[in-house]
Amino acid sequence: MSKLRLLFVKEAQASYISHLDLIRTFQRAFPRTELDIKHTQGYHPHPIMSIVLPLPVGQSSDCELLDFEVVQDTDGAGIAERLNTGMPMGLRVLDCYPATRPIRELAYLRAEMELEYDGGVPAGALDDLHLLLARPELVIQKRTKRKDLADVDIAPMLRSVTLTEGEGIVCADVTVQAQNPGLNPQLLGKAIETYLPELAPDFIRVRRKAILDAEGRDFR
Amino acid sequence: MDKRLERILPRVQKPARYVGGEYNAVMKDKTDVDTRIAFCFPDTYEIGMSNLGMRILYGVMNEIPGVWCERVFAPWGDMEQEMRRAGMPLFALESGDPITDFDIVAFSVGYEMAFPAILNMLDLAGIPIHSAERAALTPLVIAGGTAMYNAEPIADFIDIVSLGEGEEVTVELVGLYRQARREGWTKAELLRRAAQLPGLYVPSLYDVTYNEDGTVAAITPLEGAPAVVTKRIVTDMDKSYFPVKTIVPSTEIVQDRVMLELFRGCIRGCRFCQAGYVYRPVRNRSRELCAQYGVASCNDSGYQEVTLSSLSTSDYPPLTELCDELEEFCTQRHVNLSLPSLRADNFSMNLMQRLARGRKTGLTFAPEAGTQRLRDVINKNVTLEELLRSCHTAFAGGYNAVKLYFMLGLPTETDEDVLGIADIAARVMHEWREAAPNKNRGVRITVSTSWFVPKPHTAFQWEPQITREEYERRVKLLREAINTKTVTYNWHDSATSVIEAVLARGDRKLCKVLETVWRKGATLDAWEEYFSFDRWQEAFAECGVDPAFYANRRREKDELMPWSMISSGVTEAYLWRENERARQGITTPDCRTQCNGCGANRLVGGKCDV
Repeated sequence: MSKLRLLFVKEAQASYISHLDLIRTFQRAFPRTELDIKHTQGYHPHPIMSIVLPLPVGQSSDCELLDFEVVQDTDGAGIAERLNTGMPMGLRVLDCYPATRPIRELAYLRAEMELEYDGGVPAGALDDLHLLLARPELVIQKRTKRKDLADVDIAPMLRSVTLTEGEGIVCADVTVQAQNPGLNPQLLGKAIETYLPELAPDFIRVRRKAILDAEGRDFR
Repeated sequence: MDKRLERILPRVQKPARYVGGEYNAVMKDKTDVDTRIAFCFPDTYEIGMSNLGMRILYGVMNEIPGVWCERVFAPWGDMEQEMRRAGMPLFALESGDPITDFDIVAFSVGYEMAFPAILNMLDLAGIPIHSAERAALTPLVIAGGTAMYNAEPIADFIDIVSLGEGEEVTVELVGLYRQARREGWTKAELLRRAAQLPGLYVPSLYDVTYNEDGTVAAITPLEGAPAVVTKRIVTDMDKSYFPVKTIVPSTEIVQDRVMLELFRGCIRGCRFCQAGYVYRPVRNRSRELCAQYGVASCNDSGYQEVTLSSLSTSDYPPLTELCDELEEFCTQRHVNLSLPSLRADNFSMNLMQRLARGRKTGLTFAPEAGTQRLRDVINKNVTLEELLRSCHTAFAGGYNAVKLYFMLGLPTETDEDVLGIADIAARVMHEWREAAPNKNRGVRITVSTSWFVPKPHTAFQWEPQITREEYERRVKLLREAINTKTVTYNWHDSATSVIEAVLARGDRKLCKVLETVWRKGATLDAWEEYFSFDRWQEAFAECGVDPAFYANRRREKDELMPWSMISSGVTEAYLWRENERARQGITTPDCRTQCNGCGANRLVGGKCDV
């Protein structure tokens, strides 16, 4: 028996595949590997697999992880290639390897954000945004699982932000807390809307670049 | 990805259905392509992608060098609103390109309620809806599918209608179109030549006149078009294309499994069933090939469920052998077989044991009518004893839910027939008490009734639909007669069936109604969410059309039907004979017992593969 982990890219069209549909997509791809995935024991057995940090629909990522167990003893060599023969566009498995590090050691994630301003980036925006995101408290309204609105302070979950300006866009390289609780970088847009509505971007594109442990090293 | 699309997607439900890129979606280099086809399904992605015919023709067309066929689906309301607001035209999923510049826009039309969506999709694409407004060769708007056996209600909007199975005629039509472009024909010339190809119906080449009472007086073919266009079929199922490598949607669809088509046509001859007549004659695919396709499809797609599909799966002669042949593969790969369309008269223990072992949830049977008399009228040759025996087998085998489908408003139906439905439910309940090994689990019996819609090309094409008041009275009668808690009664209470009845046997006067109702906002009218009976009523009133003329009127034998220029291969004389036998309550044996001379055998050179 082996516990394996996949590292994969989710981008372009595939960034719109929802979490459940993504699991189904992988379930269909696994028969290509000739591995016997461990199934649940219940009345309707289904393959055991879990996506480590589900990516919000619409965002892209270079560093998604999926954990699964197989009956065979294997180090995962050759699995990525075989899975890739059955993937939709925008999903690409980079690696498959034994899952040794426990998920609880995953602490931060780094994302690149593009804040698009159709009318050009407003003058002084970079400085204002910088000051805003450095505040000790950033309270936004967020919909809870029970569908009502709650005030959440996202400042403690924001570890670092670097802003640069491009043609009609502000690029934000952000590192945020990944779990317990995690922060969806998209919510920085919400903070801007709340505190600096005149600087609210017309569109925000988010791409996960790295997942990190507590020391800031790549988590694999 | 189109920037407008990227901005819209976060705001709409289920964005994955608008982006394409699925496994096995066909991508081509535009420099190698001279003919682009937008294959449109006038319903949502989830419905359209569940259509086997669409998958077959997508594969067939993309096998033609130089041709790129892409898929287009109707956007859900939220998406349509966003697209219109952003000024974004309807686009094809593979390339993301607007379909305005495509050469051929082809619609697959399976049901009448999709008609408004056709107009809406043309409009979203920026294509003029009327055939007459489209003077150029491009885009050529064509349509096929079961609803096209009466294309008259959309005759003004479609350039060419393809009748029957499209595997061969679509290739011929695409070839003709390419020749037309190469040789610089006018659109009129192309239409004239297309009408000469068997199976292609060009509505604009038929002049229809009406009598004072509104019935059709004459249908006159123009410019050499044939008086009758006969549907096309694939004669040998073993040589016909099967989409082994087919698109696997990345988001859940309705039929999210391998669809393995065992045979076409149906031996039964239920008199209300359009499919049963228009898909004739029966043609089986060999067991070896079915097994091979089943395995290959699972291997390529990764699906763990295969549905053995046909109009009446338990009528496939080597069904048990096929299930046995697939068994080893299914066990090893955790693949489940599912069998829709089972008949209550030949469902056996043998078969049941081969069905999905883990998931004994429910079985569905369709006795269609409550008494033997009425079942004889409709030629649904299933007896109560057979139904009860099948239910007994199922309950004894551990099933604890049975769904029973019926129709209300069938010709000659009386209150006794309606109450017979409640009686059947009670007897099925009794059977469960007798047979169930473990009664603690309880039983669920569901009775569903739909409202009979008389369809063209059937033995009941002359029959009226009962009025809405009468239908509602019969529903109430049945509802009051079903009084056990274990029996759930669902009835179809939407006015959709009225409109369906109007459109199904409509003529060209309905084109105006369709345009009007679409302009009033009708789009996805097959969906309760979007259907509005009032909107249709207004459109009928504005166009001076009486819906009862189409829905509730009995036609005489000699009335010229609006769809008389179209033949499914089954003769009208046969349909009339079946109608007369229905009124006398005489059944007609299935095609395997004896040939009843419907005429469809001529499509395969005389002898059917029963």
